Amino acid sequence: MWRWLHPYAKGEATYQLLGRWLPWVTALALLSLTVGLVWGLAFGPADYQQGDSYRIIYIHVPAAIFSMGAYAGMAIMAFIALVWQIRTAEWSIAAIAPVGAVLTFIALFTGAAWGKPMWGTWWVWDARLTSELILLFLYAGVMALYYAFEDARTGAKAAGILALVGVVNLPIIHFSVEWWNTLHQGATITKFAKPSMATEMLWPLLISLLAFALMTAAFVMLRLRHEILRHELHRPWVREELLNPKSASADINSQQEQS
Amino acid sequence: MAFDSFRDFILMGGYGFFVWLSFGVTFLALFALLLQSVLTRRQLQRDCARQQHRQQRLAKRQAATQNNSVQNSAKE
Repeated sequence: MWRWLHPYAKGEATYQLLGRWLPWVTALALLSLTVGLVWGLAFGPADYQQGDSYRIIYIHVPAAIFSMGAYAGMAIMAFIALVWQIRTAEWSIAAIAPVGAVLTFIALFTGAAWGKPMWGTWWVWDARLTSELILLFLYAGVMALYYAFEDARTGAKAAGILALVGVVNLPIIHFSVEWWNTLHQGATITKFAKPSMATEMLWPLLISLLAFALMTAAFVMLRLRHEILRHELHRPWVREELLNPKSASADINSQQEQS
Repeated sequence: MAFDSFRDFILMGGYGFFVWLSFGVTFLALFALLLQSVLTRRQLQRDCARQQHRQQRLAKRQAATQNNSVQNSAKE
């Protein structure tokens, strides 16, 4: 009986935990996104070489960094799912992949719109751009494999293996600007050296980075909640949650009465 | 403020098209992801209701057949 009860409690517990955290993470993400982007767009100084076109950096760099960060997170979940067979980890693969794919698309698109005025071309087949495009295909492949099997666990396993193999691409993206000659500039912020950027430009960028981190987390939490519901649709607590969310609305009402 | 007027802000030193294209497409993509993520819940609600209806129908039919077989065995 405990063997049956244990994963049952776990899915629900994870769902409730994510539900408690989600409003806070969302609020912080919206706040930092507003501050970072308004600061970067309107108040940061113009670049002495690139003029105002450099302002694309405030979405391009955070999106690019967290397209890779989300992939690393997805790969860790895939490893946990494959080694310890934890179902919540399997479901996280499906929760993270679409978010990472959108971030990768944003990084590629804003890169193209920045490349056109600065390099004179929307696209070149150089190492950085090509490896980031491969990242987009990896996300697409993971999603396709996840849903390609009749048995959901087989799909999660196949998607997990692809996610782990694809980790090879992350250092290639990161070091591509050093290993090959490219139009793409080198890293602006690194852990080891002083950032090669004026402080007035750096602060809004750091806030935007925080905003994209929180936003990625919020999207993944929201999607993981739905993924949990989808896989436990036949369980009584999911039925209660989806069809008569009385307890939830009662809570809101009592809070309103108190305030 | 890095710009003298709202017009300057929109023009972005001549790069307005590229800057606003980037920001516009970014928010469009994020909004699409948000919409899809939120609508998933409605789909799940429909699936869950359908599953419940089917189970209730099955239970009713099972109860009916059981009653019949009980009556039949009583006749015998």
